[in-house]
Parts: sequence; C-alpha cells; structure tokens
Amino acid sequence: MSTQLTLQNLQALLPVILCSGTAVMVMLAIAFKRNHFMNATVTVLGLNASLAAVWWVSSRVALPQPVTDLFVVDSFACFYMALILVATLACVTLAHAYMETHSGNREELYLLLTLAATGGLVLVCSRHMAGLFIGMEILTVPLFGLVAYSFKRSRSLEAGIKYLVLSAMSTAFMLFGIALLYAQTGNLSYSGINTALLQAADIPLLAWVGCAMIFVAFAFKLSFVPFHLWTPDVYEGAPAPVSAFLATASKVAVFAALVRLLQDMPLMAFGAMHDVLAAIAGLSILVGNLLALTQSNVKRMLGYSSIAHFGYLLIAVVSGLNLEQPTVAIYLATYVITALAAFGVMVQVSSPYHGADADNLQHYRGLFWKRPYLASVMTVAMLSMAGIPMTAGFIGKFYIVMIGVGAQMWWLLAALVIGSALGLYYYLRMMITMFLTQPGMRRFEAPLNWGQTTGGLILLLAAALVILLGVYPEPLLGVAMGLASV
Amino acid sequence: MSIIWLIFIPLIGGLLCWQSERVSRGAPRWIAFFSMVLMGALGVHFLLQGDYSLAPSAAGAPNWQAEYRAPWIPSLGISFHLGLDGLSLAMVLLTAGLGLAAVLCSWREIQRNVGFFYLNLLWNLAGVTGVFLALDLFVFFFFWEVMLVPMYFLIALWGHNAPGGIGRIHAANKFFIFTQASGLLLLMAIIGLVIVSYQHTGVLSFDYDVLRTTQMSPDVEFVLMLGFFIAFAVKMPVVPLHSWLPDAHAQAPTAGSVDLAGVLLKTAAFGLLRYVLPIFPNASQAFAPVAMVLGVIGIFYGAVLACAQHDIKRLVAYTSISHMGFVVIGIYSFDLVSLQGVVIQMLAHGVSAGALFILSGEVYERLHTRDLRLMGGLWSRIAWLPALALFFAAASLGLPGTGNFVGEFLILLGTFKNWPVIAALATAALILAAIYSLLMVQRAFFGPAQSETVLEGLTAREVTMVLMLVLCLLGLGLYPQPVLDLTYSTMSQLVR
Repeated sequence: MSTQLTLQNLQALLPVILCSGTAVMVMLAIAFKRNHFMNATVTVLGLNASLAAVWWVSSRVALPQPVTDLFVVDSFACFYMALILVATLACVTLAHAYMETHSGNREELYLLLTLAATGGLVLVCSRHMAGLFIGMEILTVPLFGLVAYSFKRSRSLEAGIKYLVLSAMSTAFMLFGIALLYAQTGNLSYSGINTALLQAADIPLLAWVGCAMIFVAFAFKLSFVPFHLWTPDVYEGAPAPVSAFLATASKVAVFAALVRLLQDMPLMAFGAMHDVLAAIAGLSILVGNLLALTQSNVKRMLGYSSIAHFGYLLIAVVSGLNLEQPTVAIYLATYVITALAAFGVMVQVSSPYHGADADNLQHYRGLFWKRPYLASVMTVAMLSMAGIPMTAGFIGKFYIVMIGVGAQMWWLLAALVIGSALGLYYYLRMMITMFLTQPGMRRFEAPLNWGQTTGGLILLLAAALVILLGVYPEPLLGVAMGLASV
Repeated sequence: MSIIWLIFIPLIGGLLCWQSERVSRGAPRWIAFFSMVLMGALGVHFLLQGDYSLAPSAAGAPNWQAEYRAPWIPSLGISFHLGLDGLSLAMVLLTAGLGLAAVLCSWREIQRNVGFFYLNLLWNLAGVTGVFLALDLFVFFFFWEVMLVPMYFLIALWGHNAPGGIGRIHAANKFFIFTQASGLLLLMAIIGLVIVSYQHTGVLSFDYDVLRTTQMSPDVEFVLMLGFFIAFAVKMPVVPLHSWLPDAHAQAPTAGSVDLAGVLLKTAAFGLLRYVLPIFPNASQAFAPVAMVLGVIGIFYGAVLACAQHDIKRLVAYTSISHMGFVVIGIYSFDLVSLQGVVIQMLAHGVSAGALFILSGEVYERLHTRDLRLMGGLWSRIAWLPALALFFAAASLGLPGTGNFVGEFLILLGTFKNWPVIAALATAALILAAIYSLLMVQRAFFGPAQSETVLEGLTAREVTMVLMLVLCLLGLGLYPQPVLDLTYSTMSQLVR
C-alpha cells in the first residue's frame, strides 16, 4: 500500500510516460510550425519509442510491478500496451496519406490519436476504479474530436455528437456504479472491493446494481448488444483512419480493462451476472451478424461485424477456464491485425478523395483487376474475419471453439456456428465484389503509387502477418500462453 | 521424393500458372497440364514402390507406405503429419487423373483470367490431396476448409448464370456457407475428441494414431461421431443436406463440376472411412440403421429428381446424389465386400460423372444451352460426342463391363448379408438409374433435330481425354482386382 513512487515504478511506467510525452511534443511541434509531415514524423517516432519501452519493460524490469494502488505493470499490461501501440502506429501511418488532401487543420489528428493511445495504455495497467475511470476518459475524450474531425461533412459531425452523448451517458453509468460499490465496501481497488464483498454475509443488492452499471458502461464502449446502436453510425461518420482506431486500439484497451476487472473482481461475473454476460455474448454474435448482412456500406458492415467479433471474445471470458487469458490475447491480436488490414484498404482507396470515404460496396467493384495487391490484402482480411484456415482469424476462432467446447457452453457454440455462417455471407460478398467486373461501374481509383507509400507497406505487412500467423502461429501462442499464469 | 510433394506440386504449379499469364495466355494451361502429369507420375511412383498388399499389422494401425512428419504447432500437439496407404493412394491417383481431365477440358472454355483460374483449380486439387494424406486431425481440418476457397472462386468467377436458375455468386455462396458451417461442427467434434483424449492420457495431441485409440463413454462417442457425420454428410451429400449441390454444379464451369463431382464429394466418403469408422466404431454401429435409411432415401430422391430435370448438368448432379447414396450404405454395412465396393464405386463414379460433366460442357460450348428441351437429335449433328455420352450414361446406370457395375454389385452383395431389405430397395433403384440415363440420352441425342446445321465435332484433345476416361472405366469394370488389392489391407482393418 505504498503511495511513494520509486525509480522502479517510473521505469515500469515508461511506455505511458513516453506516450504522454509524445502528445506534449506533438502539441509543441504544431505550435512551432504547422507541417504535416514533420508532425506525423514526431508522432511516429514518439510512439515507436513508447513501443520500444514496452519491450524494454517486459524484458528488463521485474514484473509484475505495482505502481501505487492505481496501476500494475505486468506481462498482461505489456502485451496489450504493445498491441495498442502497434494499432495506433498503423492508424497514424494510414492517416498520413489520408489527411494529405484534408482541407483544414490536419495536424491535430495526430495529437488526439496519441492522447487516446495514452488513455488506452493507462486503462490496461489500472487495477483500481480511479485508474479505470481516468484511463477511460483519456481514451474517450480525444475520440469525440477524432470522430468529428472532418466536421464539414454533416455525417462526421453527427457521429461525433452521437458518440459524445452516448459516451457521457456510459461514463455517468460507470461513475454511479463505482459510487455504489464504494458505498458498500469503502474501497476502490478491484481486489479490495472483491474481498470486502466476499466477507459480507450475503452480497447486498446495491453492490450487484453497481457491478451491473459498471458493466453497462463497458458494454457501451465495446458495443455489445443491446448497447450497440451507436456503432454503425459512428463508424460510418468517422474518417476512415479514426474508424480503424475505434475498431482496434480503442476496443482492445477497453476489453483488456474488462478482462482485468473480471479477473480481479470475479464477483462481477458470478451467479446471475454470469448468465447475463453469456446472454449478451450470444446476442452480440447473432444480432451483430444479422445486422451486418444487409449493409451495403463497408464501414457499417465492419462495425456490425466487430460487434459479433467481441461477442465471440466474450465466450472466452464467461468460460471461467484458465485458458481465458491466452484465448483473449490471441483473438484480440489476430482481430487487430485483420481489422487494420481491412480498414487500411479502405483508407487507401479513400485517400485521394477529399473527405468522402469510399465506403460503399460499389466502390470496390472490380478492384482486383485494377489494384490486385490492394484487393488481395482485402481478400486476406475478409477470409481472416470469416475464420478460414491459413489466416490469423482461424487461429483466434480455433481457440474460441476450443475454450467453448472445454467449458461445454453448447448454446454459445451454437450461436457461434450460426453467426459464422451468417458472417460468411457478407464477408464473401465483400470479397467477390472486388473480383467482379461490370461495364459502367463507378471508378474510385486508388493512387498509383500506393505500394510505395508507407501506408501501403503497413498494409502489405498486415496481410503478410495475417497469413504468417495463420500458417505458423507458434510464436504468438508462446507469448499468449505466458499470460495464463498471470 | 517425399509425399509432401504430392501437395506441393499443384501448389507451386498454381503459383507459376498465375504469374505466367504475363508471358502468354497459353503458358498457364501448359504449366497446369505438366503439374498434373507430374503429380500423377509421382502417384504412380508411390504405387510401384510401396507394397500395399501387406496384411494389416498386428497393432491395428494401417500400413503407411510413406509418411512425413514435421512439428507445426507444438504447444497444441499439432504436427504436420501425412501418410499414404492404399486407400489414400487410390484417391490421390483419382485426383491427379481427374485434375488432368479438368485442366484439359477448360483449355478452350476459359478465356478470361486464365492464370488465376488455374491457380484456383490447382490449389483446390492440392487441398483435396492434403485431405487424403492428412494424419493429424488439425491438418485434415486445415485442408478440408482451405480447399473450399479456390472452389468458391471457380464457381463465383468463371461460373455460368443459367437462365431461370440462381446466379453463380448465389450458388457459390450457398456452397461455401453450407460446407463452412458444417465444417465448424467438425471442428468442434475434433476439439471435443482431443479434449476427451487429453483427459484420459494427459497428452494434448491431434495425431490420428493417438486419437484412434481414444476411450470414451458411449454417449460422448455418439455425439462426437454425429459432429463428424454431419460435416461429411453435407459434403457427400446425404439427402436432407444436399441442396447446395445441384446449384453449385449447375453454375460451376466444367472444370469446377468435374472437380466437385469427381473428387470433392469423395473427400466426405474418405472421411467416413478414415476417421468416423475407426475412431467411433461402436457409435457407428449404433448409427448404421439411420445412415442406411438416409442412404436409401438419397438413392431414390436423387434418381427421381434426376428424371425431372431439364438442365443436363443438374440432371448429372442429382445422379451423383443417388450414387453417393450407394456409397453411404456400402460404408455402413461394415462388410469387407461392400467396403471394397465403395472404393470401386467412388473411383468409377468420379470418372463417369466427371466425363458426363465434360461432355455436357462440350455440348454447352456448341449449343450455348444446357436445356434438354432445346437439344434433341444431336446424334446427327455432332461427331463422336453422342456415342461417348451414351457410353457414360450406360456406365452411370451400372452396365456390366463398367466400373460402376462392379462397385454397385459389390456394395449390394455385401449389404445383403446383414441388411437384405436395404439391399433389395437399393437394387430396385437401379431401374430408376436406367430410366434417367436413357431419358437423358434420348432427349439430348435422339429424336427430331432442332436444326440441320452440323456442329463442330470433338477435337483430338477432347477425344483423347474422354477416351482415357473410357479406358479407366472399362479397366475398373473388367479387371478391378489391382484396385481391390490396393485397398484390401486398409479396408480389412475397418471390419475387424
């Protein structure tokens, strides 16, 4: 219960410190000179330094390293920090080409992205309600600005306001829930609350309500059904690189925080709450996939499909097996790479078009015959989302099925089979559209030199990783299995 | 040469085809041709080199004449384990032979994106070969799913939009969703089996040799068996789960149909023989009556619906359902004679259905229709083709002298011992086979001609290709003993 910060503590927090330092640097750089390339470079360098710090911490600092009551840096935190930073880096790189043609200030996007990433890093380290709340807010508040970044398009502005209002709502729920738990236990750390509640003869109803309210807040951010209504609109309205960030880094951070919360406070998924979580998992899978079926807007489709994917993930969380941590880690890692590839293609296709995103299915007609590499990346991403072997998505799904069979959750597995069958339909439609040719189609040509830009390289890298992890997942499994003992 | 090359030759050949399109449009065709020849030659090499007539070993393990094993995902006990016995060799040879036919029959049909077409065709064949060779259930599942993606592209990109039918993309989607959803059931069953085995032995392994001897309670065994059976039943297809097949066949390009009917459907029967019967012997026995009834329903259903089809490819597709019904009853009669018959039936049906699809494709190239109502009198208008079609139609109805007769006869003979009623019913269905086969020939080739114009006859390439298939079928029909010897040891293993 030390409140003193030691040097070791600071070392362990180095990634977070570097990341917030980057935010300050970017801000100063913007104030110094508005230069798109320079500001983007500062951001990328800072994030890379932070990523290197994560590697340094995980190999050189004694883990787990508690930092006051609020945070703990352990291998779990390191894994997700790395994942968030990689996703943010990819988003920043993709955003560079996209923002070139943006009218208005381009540089603040990097500032906001870095800030949001900092929030994500804080979130995955926190083991205390205060840390959770701070992290969640640092992550969310920049996102308001990001979603509404191309505010001259009414869609983007609308999405931003929608996200603002609903986030504020969910924050209110979370604060209320925290307050209720504090009122019952007089404690704010996860494990403290858990022990205090366990000691009580029977757990008071208000504590359950508090737990439920906190979960509602998480469900909003992760867009579980029935808290998913904002997702498609926000994904559609936000600029494509921001949608990518929302679907990857932001969701990873919140989900990792949820996993840690449930792990330190097992009471939250106990008894009736467990059934509620299982029901939400099943509903998210079915509803997410069903709603994605009829979408002709690729961003909305990916938004709904992300609802379904996090439903699959929730299966691992409610299983209660000790394989949970590796499964979540593997699934999130494979999902992030896949989603980055998918959104990345969209960013690349949209980039030269001054704000209007190429997000309609029609824009992708015949893409393969014009830009074979870009379409190949998208094909790989779609196959991976659908969980076809030889792609990373299959390894993730394999683990989910394994944990589901191990915990004998047949209803959820049935939902998974039905959901996957539904999912195939729209992933295949997206995929085959790119191979079709028809006269008189609208032409949204990707820039000729896309492969030479860094964004293109990121895409090729992501696609290569998807296939590599699908064919040779051993290294990832090794890292993830290391989390099992946490 | 390791057996891994049986998979890698088509894989690498496919990549070369794809890239060689830059050189010329003909290059991919020749590369695909030589890859299949090479693969077939390698298969023959293994046929000559190995000794497949060996009696089964005492431990009950099949005689693997060639094996390949490399660690793949050690933390899950998965290794890249392949093995070759008589049964898988027979299937690999069928794959290579029909693959060659598929390459040849699309020589002129495919003019768009030739390289990408042959990439998909060869990768599909590589996946199928992987299924036949896998000795690790993860590897098996891997290939089982991977082979579908190229098939999807073959149907969706080079298929036909038959008037009145559903579109080719719809058909491809239906095919893919049916097989993938059932594939997930298979995956669950595999994982369930692995977990049960892990609980008993403490070793996490997906290896066939480990899982084959898993001890489990009857209920668990039955549930896991069902998971495998449903996945295979979709692919076979067994009747309530068949609805993807006619659509997929009707819209697929000729090579796709040949591949689908000739080879892909056989993976399901192979799966039953390789996995379901040895791993779940008791549950399979208990399930046999249901499977038998499903098989007989399939035989009748396919035959009756075949009689009513106007689209010649749909007609052949429904006859496939009927013929695979024979395979189902043959497998579930647990009799050495009928199991041997199943192998012959699989090979013969692969060749005869493949040939009928090729000939339908040739008719389509000339008439631009597959509607039997628009044909008639073709005997006088096309040289060679009607006579060859008549031969394969006769084979399809089980005329003695063709492999189909031997297969059906052995299946019925073996089944009759324990299941006389089923055998009698199935025999009755042979009359329906005669009806649909003759109906097809009558409506397409005889009767009044729609026009007097003489159409282009078969080219030397086409005649050679089809005559090769005729010889295969006659060989199987007149002297099936080498094939029976080849698979005897594997099959006698199943009935012990």
